Amino acid sequence: MSGDITTSLRIFFVGGLISFRALFNWLSPWIYIPSLLIAPIFQILLFAYIGRSAGIESDAFFVIGNAVQYSAIPCLFAMANTIAGERSTQTLGIVLSTPARRIPLFLGRSLPVVVNGFFVSMFSLVVGSLLLGVTIPRSAWLPLALVVAVAAMSCTGLGLTNAALGLRVRETAVLSNVLFGVLLIFCGVNVSLDALPDWMAAVGSWLPLTHAIEAARELAAGDTLGSVAGLIGREVGLGMLYGGVGLAALRWLEIEGRRSATLEVQ
Amino acid sequence: MLVISWWLHLKMLAVSAFEGVFQVIWPLFFATTAFLVYRQADDPQVMVYAGLGAAVMGIWSVIATTASGVLQRERWLGTLELLVASPTRFALILVPITTAMATLGLYSLGSTLLWGWLLFDISVPVADPFLFVVSVVASILSIALIGFLLSVSVVRYRTAWALGNLLEYPGWLLCGFLVPLTLFPTWAAWISYVLPPTWGMEAIRLSASGDSPWAQVLVCLGLGIVYGAVGALLSETVLRSARRHATLSLT
Repeated sequence: MSGDITTSLRIFFVGGLISFRALFNWLSPWIYIPSLLIAPIFQILLFAYIGRSAGIESDAFFVIGNAVQYSAIPCLFAMANTIAGERSTQTLGIVLSTPARRIPLFLGRSLPVVVNGFFVSMFSLVVGSLLLGVTIPRSAWLPLALVVAVAAMSCTGLGLTNAALGLRVRETAVLSNVLFGVLLIFCGVNVSLDALPDWMAAVGSWLPLTHAIEAARELAAGDTLGSVAGLIGREVGLGMLYGGVGLAALRWLEIEGRRSATLEVQ
Repeated sequence: MLVISWWLHLKMLAVSAFEGVFQVIWPLFFATTAFLVYRQADDPQVMVYAGLGAAVMGIWSVIATTASGVLQRERWLGTLELLVASPTRFALILVPITTAMATLGLYSLGSTLLWGWLLFDISVPVADPFLFVVSVVASILSIALIGFLLSVSVVRYRTAWALGNLLEYPGWLLCGFLVPLTLFPTWAAWISYVLPPTWGMEAIRLSASGDSPWAQVLVCLGLGIVYGAVGALLSETVLRSARRHATLSLT
């Protein structure tokens, strides 16, 4: 029994880290810096200037919304690569033929993704704030970091579902980009939920990031962690929901893939 | 040769569902967000401004995201050595490819105008259709020449695609597609002025409103030719270096 737990923990931590390092060539600084550190800054600048041009909202609104939302790039793409990367290197069959428990196997791969998503968002938040002269109270930074971590976690939950779809959809990069675009429009990133049409706001409230972005804005405006506990709770709940759906879908589509011999179709 | 090559590459790119769908859908996400933001200003003129700018920014997207990988793509297809070995100047081979890529941006232009009209009731008036088309064509040509320069500039970097993706946002920001240049600091506005799409966008707006865009069209094309000339010089240097070091086919 303890041996099983040790094995699962080893798969979770060691396997997850090795997989992350092996599958993601964006760990190269030539990819990481432009894609995950510079691009979000320009996304923030683009929408902050659109906001200035339209004369709506503050720079802080756009900095927080886009910084938190950009964690979707590492979280969605990295989780999709869990499947697509293994498939392209022709190791997917080997991974899925091992007796390793699937929950530590896939959750282990998601842990470094959450950490990376958190780092990308925090970097964007700090640099975006400095560039646009946005002042966030010193006391708000620690609660903000917690909210950003929750956002990265819940978005990685959606990433797990995305990874599961990767067992059926070959163009995972397109799928990840489409999900990124959906989150950009529906999650109140650049337009508050109040200003969106009702049906869009309703969809947004069931997507990851929406509640975290709202909580982060309230914290930056001076609210306490306790006052946004409900929003954080909803974000955690959605993350667990999407993560659970993702794990179930991974299991189901793996069985279907074995049955129809489509796991390694490039 | 240029026209036939452009047409062949356009046909090849057009049959790719990935290229076609993605070049339409990706800019639409940002156009939609911009429309939702500008809609709050409650000014129909502002929506026309956003509708036209969002429609054109797809042309820039196509080039920024794909031109940096042109040579790498030929390398993977195993056709780069054949292209280099052909008696035609290398620049004259590459320019039609990047022009075909920029032409694909017309998908995005048409779909964004349609999207804005159907969902946001944005009706973009085009006072002079002929001058509008001239302005769009000039924009496509000049953006294609930037793409040509980009493709040869980054050929030594295996991860050039990441650099290309990075250029998408700055282009959208600095070329005045969605934000008036007057909002930028002076130094940033000067960067905008040396980018041909800035002038192309201005020409498109002027022709749509019925004003003469000729000065902007000429500046746009002139700057595009400068970028193309620098790209041509660079391509010769890069080719000499690749031949000397036997790195042409290294992936």
